[in-house]
Amino acid sequence: MAYGASQDFNWRSVGWGILLEHCAVNHDNEPTVSPDLAALISQACARHGNRPEALLQVLREVQESQHCISPEAARRVAETLGQPLGRVLGVAGFYAFLSTTAVGQYRVLFSDNITDRMLGNMDLLTALCEKLWVERGRLSEDGLVSVDTTSCTGLCDQGPALLVNGWAIPHVTRDRLDRIAELILAKLPVESWPRELFAIQDNIRRRDILLGHDLAPGDALRASLARGCEPGGPLEAAANERSWREGIPGGALGGPLATLEEIKRAHLRGRGGAGFTTGLKWEACRNAPGPDRYVVCNADEGEPGTFKDRVLLSSQADLVFEGMTVAAYTIGARRGFLYLRGEYRYLLESLQAVLARRRAENLLGEAILGQAGFDFDIEIHLGAGAYVCGEESALIESLEGKRGIPRNRPPYPVTHGYLQRPTVVNNVETFCAAALIARHGGDWYRAIGTEKSAGTKLLSVSGDCALPGIYEYPFGTTVRQVLADCGAENTQAVQISGPSGVCIDASEFDRRIAFEDLPTAGAFTVFDHTRDMFEVARNYAHFFAHESCGFCTPCRVGTAMLRNTMDKIAAGHGTYFDLAEIEKLDKVLQMSAHCGLGHTACNPTLDTIKRFRHAYERRLKSLEFEPAFDLDGALARARQMTGRDDAGAHLSTEAGE
Amino acid sequence: MTDTFLLDGVAVPFAPGQTVLQAALSAGRYIPHLCYHPEFRPHGSCKVCTVKANGRNATGCTLPAQAGLVVESETDELRALRQTLVQMLFAEGNHFCPSCEKSGNCVLQALGYDLGVMTAGFRHFFPDRPVDASHPDILLDANRCILCELCMRASREVDGKDLFAFSGRGLDKRLIVNAPSGRLADTNAELGDKAMEVCPVGAILKKRVGFAVPIGQRRYDKSPISEQALADAPRPNGLKGGGT
Repeated sequence: MAYGASQDFNWRSVGWGILLEHCAVNHDNEPTVSPDLAALISQACARHGNRPEALLQVLREVQESQHCISPEAARRVAETLGQPLGRVLGVAGFYAFLSTTAVGQYRVLFSDNITDRMLGNMDLLTALCEKLWVERGRLSEDGLVSVDTTSCTGLCDQGPALLVNGWAIPHVTRDRLDRIAELILAKLPVESWPRELFAIQDNIRRRDILLGHDLAPGDALRASLARGCEPGGPLEAAANERSWREGIPGGALGGPLATLEEIKRAHLRGRGGAGFTTGLKWEACRNAPGPDRYVVCNADEGEPGTFKDRVLLSSQADLVFEGMTVAAYTIGARRGFLYLRGEYRYLLESLQAVLARRRAENLLGEAILGQAGFDFDIEIHLGAGAYVCGEESALIESLEGKRGIPRNRPPYPVTHGYLQRPTVVNNVETFCAAALIARHGGDWYRAIGTEKSAGTKLLSVSGDCALPGIYEYPFGTTVRQVLADCGAENTQAVQISGPSGVCIDASEFDRRIAFEDLPTAGAFTVFDHTRDMFEVARNYAHFFAHESCGFCTPCRVGTAMLRNTMDKIAAGHGTYFDLAEIEKLDKVLQMSAHCGLGHTACNPTLDTIKRFRHAYERRLKSLEFEPAFDLDGALARARQMTGRDDAGAHLSTEAGE
Repeated sequence: MTDTFLLDGVAVPFAPGQTVLQAALSAGRYIPHLCYHPEFRPHGSCKVCTVKANGRNATGCTLPAQAGLVVESETDELRALRQTLVQMLFAEGNHFCPSCEKSGNCVLQALGYDLGVMTAGFRHFFPDRPVDASHPDILLDANRCILCELCMRASREVDGKDLFAFSGRGLDKRLIVNAPSGRLADTNAELGDKAMEVCPVGAILKKRVGFAVPIGQRRYDKSPISEQALADAPRPNGLKGGGT
């Protein structure tokens, strides 16, 4: 392997990178932006009314067009929005897809979920780096390209996947990788690359009431509007007592409350994982004082292994928006947001088109379906690479253009959400279910599923199985059934609901997908008996450390400590002491972390220690304690500089296993 | 009659709007804390003031006080948690107390002593962090920053300057200076700013002042932080607090 030669080359490229960065930062003679960039910034800001909430959206557009947010661009954005420069740089520094230093004309980010690993993404990454003559995580000498990893991109059923300048490419094979490398070296703009490289499948394998529905756009809304209540009955009295539609004539009085009753009767629970009762959330928001209300759809589907929201947005966008509009009608909101994760950028135009059509059909806009006072519209906001924004209050912060830090609660978003106004935040799938309930009624929905879990659940099945994709089941379906349907054989373990969920082994495959047994946001990752469950947990530990927002001490420091401890064990320096340390870290995170990310960060490790202890023990030294410091490892930099990797360049062969 | 909650079995009165930590301090009861400062709205990031309220863990400085709430603070479990959190902060940055001008006046160090933190506990990260000595009067040393946000809050809310912000995330989270150059010298920072006074550790220091007050005679040399914090707490009816 031509290790020495490539290292020599890359050392020079590293030097240039630092120099360029330095020059960019220390410009003191008031550098200005190009006229094109100035126009882009002022247009992007204007589209959002030059309000501070525009910050993240504007920065994302600058990044997309310039491949970096230069100091001049940051300053320009700060001036246009009237924000301190520090705030602009702070937001730019928070989101993984924004970069304040040059990342190349082409930025290639390999999805690094465990499923991508199992499909060989690391070999592909190395191959691409060699082909493009670039070191991972560095900018190439000519400023053309950088290659690195990113958290799960939600293409686990068609991995390994990568993003080029934010555009998703699934099914990366050696052949496709060669084509990508050629396109980059030919400096062809990504917009003119062959479309088939970017073709993403829905892979719907099993349909039930949701994926098999027959609603036409507007059906659920018409049903809601028609659902009057008994004149003079308790609902009408309640409707008259308070609420949003002070301007709405009598005919609509019962509708919103009657629809709320159906949602409550359906026992619909949130599909994002936590399972809060949707009807109660809507009711609390509806009853919160204050004039403005907001409906937010959480499409920041970041949990590694889940991708059902992507499929819903690509195949059921009307149903999603219809559900949001039903929510708006019920609680009295005039504005809604779809918070779309940055990884799903490619869906933006098609979703905008659906919104435009719905406006044209009077399913959005003013006086929806002719109902005076029923005004509602939806904006799409894009995320920029931050898992923590899936937490609803962090998502709201991000919608407001800030760093995605979970808020202190109480107060909760239902009373103090977007711009401190009452806000309903629900998952994509929840809104779809709500639309179905609005059309067919609560009793119909309630009859499906189990006692405590009404309806169906979409599962994102990936990993070691013949037919990865989307499976919709009534709640109560066993893991064994899912495994059989997706063609999984010799299954060792299933990670339910992603790393923040639970890992189960073969003895537990008769457990059921339901809130009362195995609650899930949808991820269903299958591992067969050839997989090393320690490496699964280590991948997840890296994920949490990478995605911690850094607000609270236990999560900021604890997730990094967990990651380092797992790396120590992987390097063959672990002892039983380290296993005890992990349990201690877990206790600290459980007790004091600010949000769910920290609370669950140790779950995959503890689950696998409990069920697959041998995967850890075979790596442990028999000592009570072993320092993490690795004498030979400390020479790695010297080996890199001298281009040597022979036996003589190593201190000891003690760990020659 | 005012409402009260129970803190380790003793009734603590509170005013509407007070959090558990604020009410406890006003009543002369100490709950260990770090990023909370009586003059600023609590934001609850260090988690040192974690308590158990009605059986659930909660952040004392942000938890609204409620009548009848049963709060536990001085338990073995919470003491161990606080020790660990302080160890984590020490492990995260580069804190070399013997050579630090803040030694003896440092809240992190004082908490360590008061909580009985006797060992490092964790492998330290030894991060590579910058020192900004550009300003003629002020030294900004990121090695000691514990990300409590007090300087940010003070600069924004009291000084009206917005000198600081956070960038990065996770372990990469860091304090940045609101200037194109990123240097404190290129801002309107002044020694008299509230932001320069509130740093609980040695991240923001006055230049040309070295050990003017000798070690042994400093703030937390005289009395432990658990007493000092009560002396500093705003108290109703002009009650003098502290160290009794």
